[in-house]
Amino acid sequence: MAHHDTLTGAEILLKALVDQGVEVIFGYPGGAVLPIYDELFKQNRLRHVLVRHEQAAVHAAEGYARSTGKVGCVLVTSGPGATNAVTGLADAQCDSVPLVCLTGQVPTHLIGNDAFQEADITGITRPCTKHNYLVKDVNLLAKTVHEAFHVARSGRPGPVLIDLPKDVIQNRGEYMPPSKVKSKYKPQVKGDLKAIEKAVDMIAHAKRPIFYVGGGVINSGPAACQLLTQFVRMTGFPCTLTLMGLGAFPGSDPLFLGMLGMHGTVEANMAMHDCDLMINIGARFDDRVTGKLDGFAPKSKKIHVDIDPSSINKNVAVDLAVVGDCAHILEDMIKVWKAKQCRTDEKAIKTWWTQIEKWRDVNCLAFENSNRLIKPQYAIQRIYELTRHRNPYICTEVGQHQMWAAQHLRFDLPHHWLTSGGLGTMGYGLPAAMGVQMAHPESLVIDIAGESSIQMNIQEMATLVQHRLPVKIVILNNQYMGMVRQWQELIHGGRYSESHMIHHPDFVKLAEAFGAVGLRAEKPEEVDGVIKEMMAVDRPVIVEMRTDASENVFPMIMPGMAHNEMVLGPEDKSRDNPGSEQDGMVLV
Amino acid sequence: MNKPVEEINRHTIAVLVDNESGVLARVVGLFSGRGYNIESLTVAEVDPRENLSRITIVTSGTAMIIEQIKNQLRRLVPVHKVHDLTIEGPHVSRELALIKVNATGEKRVESLRIADIFRARAIDSTNESFVFEVVGATEKVDAFVKLMEPLGLTDVSRTGVVAIARGPNPI
Ligand SMILES: Cc1cc2nc3c(=O)[nH]c(=O)nc-3n(C[C@H](O)[C@H](O)[C@H](O)COP(=O)(O)OP(=O)(O)OC[C@H]3O[C@@H](n4cnc5c(N)ncnc54)[C@H](O)[C@@H]3O)c2cc1C
Ligand SMILES: Cc1ncc(C[n+]2csc(CCOP(=O)(O)OP(=O)(O)O)c2C)c(N)n1
Ligand SMILES: [Mg+2]
Repeated sequence: MAHHDTLTGAEILLKALVDQGVEVIFGYPGGAVLPIYDELFKQNRLRHVLVRHEQAAVHAAEGYARSTGKVGCVLVTSGPGATNAVTGLADAQCDSVPLVCLTGQVPTHLIGNDAFQEADITGITRPCTKHNYLVKDVNLLAKTVHEAFHVARSGRPGPVLIDLPKDVIQNRGEYMPPSKVKSKYKPQVKGDLKAIEKAVDMIAHAKRPIFYVGGGVINSGPAACQLLTQFVRMTGFPCTLTLMGLGAFPGSDPLFLGMLGMHGTVEANMAMHDCDLMINIGARFDDRVTGKLDGFAPKSKKIHVDIDPSSINKNVAVDLAVVGDCAHILEDMIKVWKAKQCRTDEKAIKTWWTQIEKWRDVNCLAFENSNRLIKPQYAIQRIYELTRHRNPYICTEVGQHQMWAAQHLRFDLPHHWLTSGGLGTMGYGLPAAMGVQMAHPESLVIDIAGESSIQMNIQEMATLVQHRLPVKIVILNNQYMGMVRQWQELIHGGRYSESHMIHHPDFVKLAEAFGAVGLRAEKPEEVDGVIKEMMAVDRPVIVEMRTDASENVFPMIMPGMAHNEMVLGPEDKSRDNPGSEQDGMVLV
Repeated sequence: MNKPVEEINRHTIAVLVDNESGVLARVVGLFSGRGYNIESLTVAEVDPRENLSRITIVTSGTAMIIEQIKNQLRRLVPVHKVHDLTIEGPHVSRELALIKVNATGEKRVESLRIADIFRARAIDSTNESFVFEVVGATEKVDAFVKLMEPLGLTDVSRTGVVAIARGPNPI
C-alpha cells in the first residue's frame, strides 16, 4: 500500500539523519538492520565507515564528535551487535561525549520472546546512556531521531540510543522535519547573575587562587575555551587542567601549571592544596583528581561552574555554585569584572606566584634519560617536538603511556587531545583516531598506545587500510601492562601477577599483514628517524618503540593520600608508606 | 578518622514524569545503581491529558545525598518536576493498608475493638478472618499492624506513601 507521501521507516531514518547534519555513520550490518543498509546503498549523502567490531564503531564516533563538536553517529545490528557497542556507550557516558547510536531490534511482535538475536538493549544500556528510546511506531520515528540528537548535544552531552524494531523500519509512515519537533528537554544555560557577581567578588579578593578547569569547557566549545583563556589572563591567576580539560587553556602559557591529580605536577597539586580560592570551571571533582577528600584543599573556598546540577556538591561541598553553560557564564563573569572595574590583590598574587615558582623549580617531570634504552618520556617528547608544527590530533590508549602523553605533550588548541578518562577504556585510542581522521582527512592523527591496549581493537587496522585513513600508531612497547605493573611494584610487594604478556605479536609484520606500514625503533638514536618516516608516509603506520620496561609514572599521589603527599620518583622515601588500596578505593 | 557524624533524615519526594514505558525502571535503576535506599515508592497516572504520572518516593540520607538524589532525578529526560515535600513546607502524607487477621473468640473481638480505635474498616469477613482497611500516616499503619500481630495477623498489603503539599498550590 505504497502511498506517495509516505516513506519507509528506513527512508525516514536516513532523511532525519541528513536533516540533523550527519555526514558519517560508523557501523556494522546484520539481519535486523538490513533494510537500513539497503537504503544506505541507494544514496550518497551519508558516508558509512565499516568497522571490524561494534565497540570500535562507538569509539570512532566519539573521536569524530570530540574533534568536531558534532554528534557522532553509530549503526549496529540487534543482539550481539548492540551488546558489543555497550563498552563504547559507557565510555561516552563517563566522558560526556554526544552520540546517537542506532541499534536494530527484532520485530515488535517478537520482542520479549527470546527471539533470534534479541537483546533487551534499552534495558542493558539504561545506566550507561544519557537516554534511550525503543521506537514502536514508524510515525514516531522522525520525531524520536530529532529529539535524540537534541538530547545528545544539549546540556551535559552524552550518548543516546535508539532501538529500531525491524518492522518499524520496514513500515511506511510520515516524515516530520526537525522544526516541527518541540522537546521538553531544556537544560539551563544562562547562569544566575547574582551568583556570578558573588563569584567575581570572591575572585577579586582572593590571595591564593587557582583555576581548576575540566572537560566541560571543551564540551562547551572553542568559544568557551577562548573566554576562559581571556578571563584567566585578565586575572593573572594560575590555571590547572584535568586530563579531560587539556587544551582548554593554552599549554604553553606561563599561567598554566600542568595537569593536576594522581599523576599531576607538583606545582598544580601543591597550589590546589594551599589555595584559598578554587575556581572550578567544568570539572567534576573526580577521585583521581581530589585524592583523599579529608585532605583536599583544606584552606579553600570553592566556586563551581557546571551545567549539570548533579555534579555540584556530589563529592566535594562547594561554597558557591553557578549552574549553566560555562561559555555563557564566563562571558558574564568577564562583563561583570569589567563593569565593576575589579582588580586583583596584586601584592598577594605576587607572593602566591613566588611560592608556586618554588614548586615549579622542583621540575617534577624531569627524568633520567638513557643512551641505551628508549625512555618512554623521551619518546613522547620527541613526538611532540617533531610533530607540533602540524598541530596533530593525539589519541591515546589507557595506561602509563597515556599519563606520559598527558604530562609531556602541550596543547595550545582544544579538541586535539582525545583520551578515555572516566571509564579508562583500553582499546579506545585506535578507533577514536579513526573517527578523528574521518573528520579531518588532511590532519596528522596519532594514537599513542601501549602494546597491551592496542591489542584490544587491533582489528581496526583493516578499517584504516580499507578507508585509506593514514592514522599513525606509536606503540610504546614496555612488555608489560605497565600501569598494572607499577601498582603491583608500589602497592603489592612486586608480585607481578598476570601483568606480563610474555608473548606479543611482531608489530611490524602485523602492520604489514594488514596492508599498513610497520616501523620499529629499539635505541634512542632511532627514535627521530622513525617519527620522521612515519610522518612522511601517507598511509596507516604502526611504529613500535621498544621502551624501558621498568619506568614508572611520577609524580604519583598514592591511593588514600592527599595532594601534598605526592611521591616524586623512585628514590622518594614517602613511598615506603603508601596508603592501602582500601583507604583510597581507587582502581587502576 | 574523626569525621563529623552527618545526620541522616527521611525525605518525601514528589516526581512528575512522562507516563511512558521504562520511566519507572529509570527511577528505580537510579536508586539501586547509585546505592540510595527507597523506603517507599508509589506511582500512578495523574494527568491523562498531559500523559503525566506522579511518583512519590520516601528515601533517607544526609543532606548532601538527598540533594544528589534530587539532582540525579532531574537529569532523567522524562522527569519534569522534582519536589522535596519534606523541606518545602507542610505537607500531608497517607498510606492505605489491607490487613488480614485470622482469629476466633476473644482475639477476634479484640481485633475489632482495635480496628475501631484506628478507624479501620472491616471490608471482608469470614467466620475465622477479617480484612481491615486502614488509612493514615505510615506510623499509624505501622502501629496498627503491630497490634494485630498477636491477634492472628496473616497477610499485609500496603500502598506505600502518597503525599501532597498543604495549601492551594500544586507542585
Ligand atoms: C589511568 C588513568 C589515570 C588518570 N589520572 C588522572 C590524573 O592524574 N588527573 C586527572 O585530572 N585525571 C586523571 N584521569 C581521568 C579521570 O579519571 C577523570 O576522567 C577526569 O579527571 C575527569 O575530568 P573532568 O573533571 O574535567 O570531568 P569531565 O569528565 O570532562 O566532565 C565534565 C564536567 O563538566 C560539565 N560540563 C559539561 N558540559 C558543560 C558546559 N557546557 N558548561 C559547563 N559545564 C559543563 C559536566 O557536567 C561535568 O561535570 C585518569 C584516568 C585514567 C584512565
Ligand atoms: C578494557 C580494560 N581492561 C583492563 C583495564 C585495566 N588496566 C589499566 S591500564 C592497564 C595496562 C595497560 O597496558 P599497556 O596498554 O601496555 O600500557 P602501559 O601501561 O604499559 O603504557 C590495564 C590492564 C582497563 N583500563 N581497560
Ligand atoms: Mg605496556
